Order: sequence, then C-alpha cells, then structure tokens
Amino acid sequence: MRLYETDIASRLMLGTAQYPSPAVLTEAFRRSAAGIATVSVRREAGNERAGAAFWGLVRDLGVTLLPNTAGCHSVREAVTTAQMARELFDTPWIKLEVIGHADTLQPDPFGLVEAARILTNEGFQVFPYTTEDVVLAGRLLDAGCEVLMPWGAPIGTGLGLTNIYGLRTLRAQFPQVPMVVDAGLGLPSQAAMAMEMGFDAVLLNTAVAKAGDPARMAEGFARAVQAGRLAFEADPMEPRDMAAPSTPVIGMAFLE
Amino acid sequence: MKIMINGTPTETRAEMLDAVLEELGFGDAKVATAVNEDFVPASLRGQTALAPGDRVEIVTPRQGG
Repeated sequence: MRLYETDIASRLMLGTAQYPSPAVLTEAFRRSAAGIATVSVRREAGNERAGAAFWGLVRDLGVTLLPNTAGCHSVREAVTTAQMARELFDTPWIKLEVIGHADTLQPDPFGLVEAARILTNEGFQVFPYTTEDVVLAGRLLDAGCEVLMPWGAPIGTGLGLTNIYGLRTLRAQFPQVPMVVDAGLGLPSQAAMAMEMGFDAVLLNTAVAKAGDPARMAEGFARAVQAGRLAFEADPMEPRDMAAPSTPVIGMAFLE
Repeated sequence: MKIMINGTPTETRAEMLDAVLEELGFGDAKVATAVNEDFVPASLRGQTALAPGDRVEIVTPRQGG
C-alpha cells in the first residue's frame, strides 16, 4: 500500500490510546503487525515527563507514526496542533480531525476543507478524517489531500459500517484514491467487509484497546484485514437470487 | 509577570519563551509550543518575547486514535 509516496506493508493501522498498560499496547501492536500508529499531542506539566515515556514506547514499536489533531473543533486549533505535531514527531503526515458535533464527533466539513487547504499549502501530507460524503471527498481532493479517511461509524461506537451504500458510492467515485476506513469498527468481520469493498486499509483503536484481550483482538483484526483484501483482489462472484447447484448434474446416477 | 501556561495562571520572571521553558524544567524535554494559539517553532523560542496574559501551550507526544 502506498500513501503519499511511502510504502506501508500492512493494511491495518492502529491507535495507541486507551490500552490497559504500555505492555499490552506493545503486545497488541506486535500481534496486529500494524504498519502505522496514530498518536497525538497533549499538554504536559514540567515534572511529569509522561510525554518522554510515551515517545520512547512508540519509537520502539518500529512503525510509521501518524499524529492526529483529535479534539480540535476549529480550523485554527487544528492547524496549530498540526504544526506542533510536525515538529514533535518530525513528519509531514497529519491525521486531520476538525470536529463539528459533540455527540457524534462528526467532522465539520467546512472547517475540514479549509484546514486541509492551509496545511497542504504548508507542506503537510493530510489524512482527513471525513464522512462518506462524495461532495466533501471531492473538495478535500481539490484542497490537496491524496488520501481519504471516511468513517465507518462515529468514533468509539463499534457499530461497524453504518452506511454501506454511501461507502460503496465513495469507493466507486474515486477508484484511484487510497482510502482508509477510520473509526467506528468494533469487530474483525466489519474490517473484513470494508476490505472486501475495496478500501485500502482500516484504522482502529477502541475495538482493540477496549477488548478483554487486546492482543488477541489485534491479531483477529489483522487476519480479517488480510482475508478481506484477498477476497477483494480475487474478484468475488456476483450474488444471485435463485439457487444454482455447485455439484455437477451430468453423470448423476438414476438420471433418466 | 503572570501568564497562562497550559491553561493555568503562572507567575514567571522570564521574558522570552525559551527562558520560560527553562524555568519550568523543560530545558531538554521534547516539547512543542504555541503562544496565543499560534505555533512557535523551537528555533524561534529565543526571539519570542512574552507579555502579561499571554497564553502559552507546551505539548508532548501522547496516545492517540
């Protein structure tokens, strides 16, 4: 998979938040074989040094880092957060979140496009957290985004793909654009479905971190992503309404 | 003077942003900074003078989804 001229071996991207311990996080990443980890920037008190400890932990994961602007509700907040993240993580990559609604954490489409344009002009490579809206997708591409990250469902819900028609339409409208289903997945079967539909990757966090056994769930998702991708590449059969025997009829005993 | 550090009113004797970081014990720490919602690159901290009431943000790498 190629994202902004970078080859990434795995089609599973994993968040680093909400794990019961750093050791569980590390084990979940190992068993997921994820190639990209999402991270954030947050305030720190002088003597806390939580940032330094976390920085050491994620560096040891050996994966590509994708900082986010999670929690930002305005263009200005998102742009400044992205600029701070670029300096901290030394990467032009940014998962751009501009949240427009508190209960659904739905992206603010207007702010998202504006922030994407500003950041692209400043040399960022923007991964916009967006909806399945095809018009918005077009605007984001016009603003300079080369990857799209449509939601499956609202962040942290685990509801899976709530608008299959919309996601299918989005995938079909921009067949050449790398797309990552980001947010809302709860089960490996939902990730497999996204991959079968032709999405290039999935990004999860809560589904793994909040599972009873995060590392085992991480491996479950990894296998589902591989299975779904294989199925997509294998060109699935067309469904049909009427039964069709799979065992040959010719040569049957007792056939008159 | 009194400035806001990460949302908390803080008294400082320093006048420049790099001196504030030093005073707070961030001298060698991996942090990024903003003043009044504008990003201040590490290279410009020594030239960034603060005024009373300025809002300084000091952030570090953290868990994210």
